Amino acid sequence: MLDLLISTLTQGLIYALISFGVYITYSILDFPDLGVDGTFPLGAAVTAVLLVKGVNPWLTLPIAMSVGALAGLFTGFVHVKLGVRNLLAGIITMTALFSVNLQIAGSNLTVDRGTDTIFTSAPVMAVLGDMSLMGRKLVISFLLVLIIKLALDAYFKTKSGLLLRAVGDNPDLVTSLAQDRGLVKLLGLVISNALVALGGCVVVHEQRSFSATMGTGQLVYGLAAVIIGISLMNFYTASPLARGLRERKGLRFLASPAGTTSVILGSILYKLCVQMALSAGLPANMMKLVTAALFLLVLVCSGRKGEEIIHA
Amino acid sequence: MLELRDVTKIYNPGTVTEQRLFQDFSLTVEEGQFVAIVGSNGSGKTSLLNIICGSIPIEGGDVLVDGKSIAKLKDFRRYANMGRVYQNPSAGTCPNLTMLENLSLADNKGKPFHLGRAVDRRRIDGYREQLRSLGLGLEEKLNVKMGALSGGQRQAVALLMATMTPLRFLILDEHTAALDPKTAEIIMVLTDKVVREKKLTAVMVTHNLRYAVEYGDRILMMNQGKVVLDRAGAEKQATSMDNILSMFNKISMECGS
Repeated sequence: MLDLLISTLTQGLIYALISFGVYITYSILDFPDLGVDGTFPLGAAVTAVLLVKGVNPWLTLPIAMSVGALAGLFTGFVHVKLGVRNLLAGIITMTALFSVNLQIAGSNLTVDRGTDTIFTSAPVMAVLGDMSLMGRKLVISFLLVLIIKLALDAYFKTKSGLLLRAVGDNPDLVTSLAQDRGLVKLLGLVISNALVALGGCVVVHEQRSFSATMGTGQLVYGLAAVIIGISLMNFYTASPLARGLRERKGLRFLASPAGTTSVILGSILYKLCVQMALSAGLPANMMKLVTAALFLLVLVCSGRKGEEIIHA
Repeated sequence: MLELRDVTKIYNPGTVTEQRLFQDFSLTVEEGQFVAIVGSNGSGKTSLLNIICGSIPIEGGDVLVDGKSIAKLKDFRRYANMGRVYQNPSAGTCPNLTMLENLSLADNKGKPFHLGRAVDRRRIDGYREQLRSLGLGLEEKLNVKMGALSGGQRQAVALLMATMTPLRFLILDEHTAALDPKTAEIIMVLTDKVVREKKLTAVMVTHNLRYAVEYGDRILMMNQGKVVLDRAGAEKQATSMDNILSMFNKISMECGS
């Protein structure tokens, strides 16, 4: 039972990386990027091949991110420079990447037990060698997510980050600031897809396998995590507890948590829900159905029925 | 000096709904002039502003600043020395960002948006001072999200943001139309103040004939893509409000509205 909880928690953390990416496109840029379903396995495919070839496992992280960034650049180029609607631009990337991923890694690729992953690499063993593999996975995933979260939080407070938030909020304002809104969107897509590919990369380290179909439903997962997280956070910030905390000087930071924190919590909660449904006896083949059903439930309960996606 | 030379604007060119709005339309706005444009719906007022700002393409002619063509310049590049305030109070600010964040964005116009801190704490006192001069009590609301403010408050901040950094041209697109009469008056007084203080060249579209007469150095009345009345200087002084109103009624009658 404890093992299951730890592994679910680890999964929730790893998938938070993907959810960060979705948070940037969906929540900040107001851009429903379906390319996620292609970029996630892209990061995974690249990582699997590199690991099999014996590349340093830590090196696969920046490489996967760069490849993901390129995919985001492509979606952005199709949308911004060729003028294709955002939904369609993502679909084009997703479809194209399916073949690209097959070319890179074939339909399935397994990383054998003898190959080091980030969870078994020498520097990690030196520090966390006494821990079980499961514990190491949890700690490393947590640290990774924490680093990315802090980096994103810091970025959103920069001039560039503020402009990114502005472009999703009011693109005309960005134009009136004499800035090219297309380039700002492009930048957002690059960052988002780099994070999604990083998620795919870490998943391969964790499960030691790649399959060409592993991207299906990842956008829905990310969306669900983001919407659960943000809805809960809105609920929380309006609660008397948060209002009370806002009154206290030292505790004020607890009253309005960052969007990235909400996304991490959303991701963990959503994994937990799916895991509970599976533990209750649902066959693994039903996983995507459960994912979709839960997503629908979240949308209806949160009152956000995806209007942003439809009109976009 | 801002100039439109022989501009042709056709909506939906080459289709059955093709509509020719401007044919060889020319207009010269002198440096430092405050031009007020009035006219009925569909007369081409807002299209004129959109052409100046590069928001819509033109099918012929040229747009010039100081004799140099800017017709090929992308919209965002034209805004380098231009500010614009829209009719919709939400259009000039980011509703989900705080007022401080909005002001910081505007303050950085003309400089690169790099990885430096977005909000410069040392500038806050300056922002407060500017907000205080608006007289709307906004200086206490720096950390409030723009979306939570009233339309008039948002429009005042939008005006402040549009004119925060050095600029030459201010484009006002019916910017008081969505406000209640009292707030509209406040915004109009603020507009006049900033235009005079910064010696801006301003083009204002308005449905309020009184504002046009009172604040414009020059009044243009437009009808179906043509200037039907153009008064400036002494000639404008001699034109009474009734005069303009009767003219306006006449063109409105012709349109059947």
